[in-house]
Amino acid sequence: MLSMAIPAFAQAPTVDTGDTAWVLVSAALVLMMTPALAFFYGGLVRKKNMLSVLMQCFFLMCLITLQWVVFGYSLSFGPDIKGWIGSLAWAGMHGVGLEPYADYSATVPHQAFMIYQCMFAVITPGLILGAFAERMKFSSFVVFSFLWAAIVYDPVCHWVWAVGGFLRKSGALDFAGGTVVHINAGVAALASALVLGRRKGFPARISPPHNLPFAVLGAGLLWVGWFGFNGGSALGANGLAANAFVTTHVAAAAAGLTWAMLDWKFNAHPTMLGKITGAVGGLVAITPAAGFVSVIDAIWIGIGVSVICYFAVAFLKPKFGYDDSLDAFGVHGIGGMWGAIATGLWAQKAINPAGADGFFYGNPALLFIQIKAVVVTIVYSFVVSFILLKIVDMVLGLRVSERDERIGLDLTQHRESAYTMID
Amino acid sequence: MKYIVAIIQPDKLDEVLQELEQSEIHLVTVSPVMGRGRQRGISEVYRSHKEAGSLLKKTKLEIAVNDTFVKAAVDAIIKGAKTGEIGDGKIFVLDLEQCVRIRTGEQSTAAIG
Repeated sequence: MLSMAIPAFAQAPTVDTGDTAWVLVSAALVLMMTPALAFFYGGLVRKKNMLSVLMQCFFLMCLITLQWVVFGYSLSFGPDIKGWIGSLAWAGMHGVGLEPYADYSATVPHQAFMIYQCMFAVITPGLILGAFAERMKFSSFVVFSFLWAAIVYDPVCHWVWAVGGFLRKSGALDFAGGTVVHINAGVAALASALVLGRRKGFPARISPPHNLPFAVLGAGLLWVGWFGFNGGSALGANGLAANAFVTTHVAAAAAGLTWAMLDWKFNAHPTMLGKITGAVGGLVAITPAAGFVSVIDAIWIGIGVSVICYFAVAFLKPKFGYDDSLDAFGVHGIGGMWGAIATGLWAQKAINPAGADGFFYGNPALLFIQIKAVVVTIVYSFVVSFILLKIVDMVLGLRVSERDERIGLDLTQHRESAYTMID
Repeated sequence: MKYIVAIIQPDKLDEVLQELEQSEIHLVTVSPVMGRGRQRGISEVYRSHKEAGSLLKKTKLEIAVNDTFVKAAVDAIIKGAKTGEIGDGKIFVLDLEQCVRIRTGEQSTAAIG
């Protein structure tokens, strides 16, 4: 979002049809990522919890969209209040019309920018549910997600992307949401895994994924959707979009390959789940960097993320014993941190004049700015998510009963079964 | 009357059915099952989390026959299912007390064939 086409400021903002078409298509691609995530996560849980994951993702598409248009967009991108939060001046889409708003997207209708951003707001709380899958009460999930969007996502989004946001003013770079989306959600995921506790039977007797092909389908659709996520963040059909598109693809490929190699080395076999975990990790890591780094440096980012996340998932998680069911923290949190730091290492003004040079291009300062933004986001997201979860736990109770967990969330929370035995 | 239950390798099903056909045994119920024998399955790995010896996919055949067909049926299953490798499966032969064809109400040996 720090990638706005600078020359456009020179003239009165007018809608460019090509740019608008690309941003609208990108918005649709990003929306697709939420049901894709549902299948990615859904395939990894047990049969009895499949619908609960699909339902949580789909519910967020509706809930957060309304939250966003009623007040979330205004809190995130509305007129700045001291660098911390947007005012409610744009609540209910007041003044968010069909003309471009030059500060964010000089050639695209303001509403197109708003709905594109909406899709990011929708998927971010969706990422968190990977950590508390198979054991959270649906009602508590709804309340937590709504409050989290307003109290955690909207402010962090403002800090990093909005005009006047304090991290943006400090020079922190986040092209498409490494900090706002992935670190933010990943750290909240860790908090939720700690507050909720482990699933019954973890780690000794948790069944393997009930439908890996679904997970592969979901990961494949995530990869496709990510072109809208990162490519669309150029906010125009231009060279920068092409750079983001290519680096996204290359980083995912490098990361997928690296994870398979690590699997082969440490487990004697390359696994399908490892392959898609690596690819998603690559997509996460390139997100903040996509519009600032070269294609070749994207390969290093992809290789790096698989090495780091593999370590986190295979060694760190078992060592500490927290039950991040589907590795939301291990892949999105850790991968996002690596991506934000890697942006500080490999960003180049030669790729994007609106960005900055990184450590390897003569400017070590950017690395420290990136680390600062990462630390601020980690602390804020963890502390506020933790408190929020504790409050919801006190008022509603976060966790389903032991009996409900044993029967499964599909039947106990939704009175439906994903798969019937007979017809 | 005997009731034959056979657990075989899934990929040997077609050959077993063929052998049974050649022995004039057409009626059979087949179901996919999970199980393990002395080899204790193959371990699985999910994001480096190792699952020890999971159950293996097997195929179960159930065949009701008149006494004169028992040997032919057992021989056919062995012929079709044998690879000589561990995990080829087992055949159980049980006494069968009664058999009723639902459509006609026929009983015992008349109902089996």
